[in-house]
Amino acid sequence: MQKYSIFSLIKNAFSNHEKWDLAWKDPSPKKEYDVVIIGGGGHGLATAYYLAKEHKITNVAIIEKGWIGGGNIGRNTTIIRSNFMYDDNARFNEFGMNLWRNMSQELNFNVMFSPRGIINLAHSDAQMNAYARRGNSMRLNGIDAVLLDREEIKKIIPMADFSEDVRYPIFGGLAQPSAGTARHDAVAWGYARQADSMGVDIIQNCEVTGFDVSGGKILGVRTSRGDIKTKKIGLCVAGSTNVLAEKLNITLPIETHLLQACVSEPVKPILDGVVTFGAGHFYISQSDKGEMVMGGDLDGYNSYAQKGNLPTIQHVLTGGIALFPFLSRLKMLRTWGGIMDMSMDGSPIIDKTHIDGLYLNCGWCYGGFKSVPSSGWTFAHTIAQDRVHELNEGFSLNRFSKGYLLDEKGLGTKTWIS
Amino acid sequence: MLNINCPYCGDRSQKEFAYGGDGTVKRPELNKEVSDEKWNEFVYLRKSPRGKHIELWHHIAGCRQWFKVQRDTVTHEIFKTAKMNEEIK
Ligand SMILES: Cc1cc2nc3c(=O)[nH]c(=O)nc-3n(C[C@H](O)[C@H](O)[C@H](O)COP(=O)(O)OP(=O)(O)OC[C@H]3O[C@@H](n4cnc5c(N)ncnc54)[C@H](O)[C@@H]3O)c2cc1C
Ligand SMILES: [Zn+2]
Repeated sequence: MQKYSIFSLIKNAFSNHEKWDLAWKDPSPKKEYDVVIIGGGGHGLATAYYLAKEHKITNVAIIEKGWIGGGNIGRNTTIIRSNFMYDDNARFNEFGMNLWRNMSQELNFNVMFSPRGIINLAHSDAQMNAYARRGNSMRLNGIDAVLLDREEIKKIIPMADFSEDVRYPIFGGLAQPSAGTARHDAVAWGYARQADSMGVDIIQNCEVTGFDVSGGKILGVRTSRGDIKTKKIGLCVAGSTNVLAEKLNITLPIETHLLQACVSEPVKPILDGVVTFGAGHFYISQSDKGEMVMGGDLDGYNSYAQKGNLPTIQHVLTGGIALFPFLSRLKMLRTWGGIMDMSMDGSPIIDKTHIDGLYLNCGWCYGGFKSVPSSGWTFAHTIAQDRVHELNEGFSLNRFSKGYLLDEKGLGTKTWIS
Repeated sequence: MLNINCPYCGDRSQKEFAYGGDGTVKRPELNKEVSDEKWNEFVYLRKSPRGKHIELWHHIAGCRQWFKVQRDTVTHEIFKTAKMNEEIK
């Protein structure tokens, strides 16, 4: 594989950048693989990469029905954080933060990881208390958390509406200074390129249409480009999890919903970190190009549409303008949506199943981008060793029937209001 | 924007309604022994089909009645709405 560096950049400039190697090959599916990963999103690509790198399993195929980066990995608002209260979520995501910090070097691909910090705003004494508790839990797990009062918030976002008579006056907030953003498609391409270089076959435009299961064991997958034999399948299809589960006769604690986001026209730098305004169903950051990147609620009813409806965007931006009045004068450049695998407690599932050789990776809700490295790492371990790692022990499928929920927000089973 | 035909009030905009999720799940019978598995199925497990879905909606800013809707989860086409005691086939 050609290494990317200042020298290769200069060298290729002499041939007008027309002679770069392909970042990954375009192979046809082989008859058989040791492991087949279904879904070429962030989680599938990272899993294949860590299977090859950490477990030396390289006879692996990633089967992707569309193209690499076309799913949620290329549709998210790129927020990376580990500001969780429960141990299982906190440790897992903080492990991921360490992988993020070194990712550009490790993948030899600039993923533009930018630890610009995140602030969750609070609007009542009760919420400040809840944030103090969450912050303390985070610090016990070695995660940086800072409780900010109103005046400290004002220094960071002076352009917010600090009047007293607004519906949700700003009391303060909880910050994680080490949180941040990264370039999402670079993450997909970086993992894809390295996985490919270690021998993984990335097979695009190939849809998994069924499974070959016999005697409670996985024997292979059926695809639009022929049958493939394998004893191990890693299911990483995010918003299509329910569709493939149905083909396996499995019903999961997951519903599929649509999340939208939008960006404004680019403006000069005004916001250097990520701000969430939970009470107003709104969050925002500013991209390196200057666009305001904004999102908020789910559309609110089961959806596979991959595009959203206007009422949600209006609702989200109404909240946005309440917090940052200057937004009302910006033009929106684009809106888009992605379909989300919403789990019933808001936390993911990375586990084995009752079918031998079928491994499950799903339930990412609207926060699966930050977990790409930690999920890939632990899922690769789970597949290679046929047992969960202590980092993903809590993300079991049977936690629902056992009552060990990881309901970080305490929202209950109404996935559409979370 | 969805237009939903409330069986009591007629065609109204989505903004008047609140969603209530899968309308086919049945609560285990009251006052009977319920296994953890059955309870798990009722509380947590959902098929969430790609295509026709029978779901509950609440006309919260209208007559405040709950009712059933059969909707396509890809196109959002609404095929039928019905009162709670009516079946959608
Ligand atoms: C608008 C929006 C904003 C978001 N913001 C954030 C954020 O700020 N921070 C954060 O952490 N997360 C965020 N997320 C969530 C995050 O993007 C997802 O949780 C995560 O990307 C899901 O994992 P993935 O990358 O593997 O999914 P995907 O990229 O969707 O990968 C799944 C792949 O499976 C493929 N597939 C499906 N069915 C089949 C089949 N039958 N055969 C073969 N392939 C198949 C799909 O084509 C797809 O490419 C956001 C999501 C959206 C939509
Ligand atoms: Zn009505």
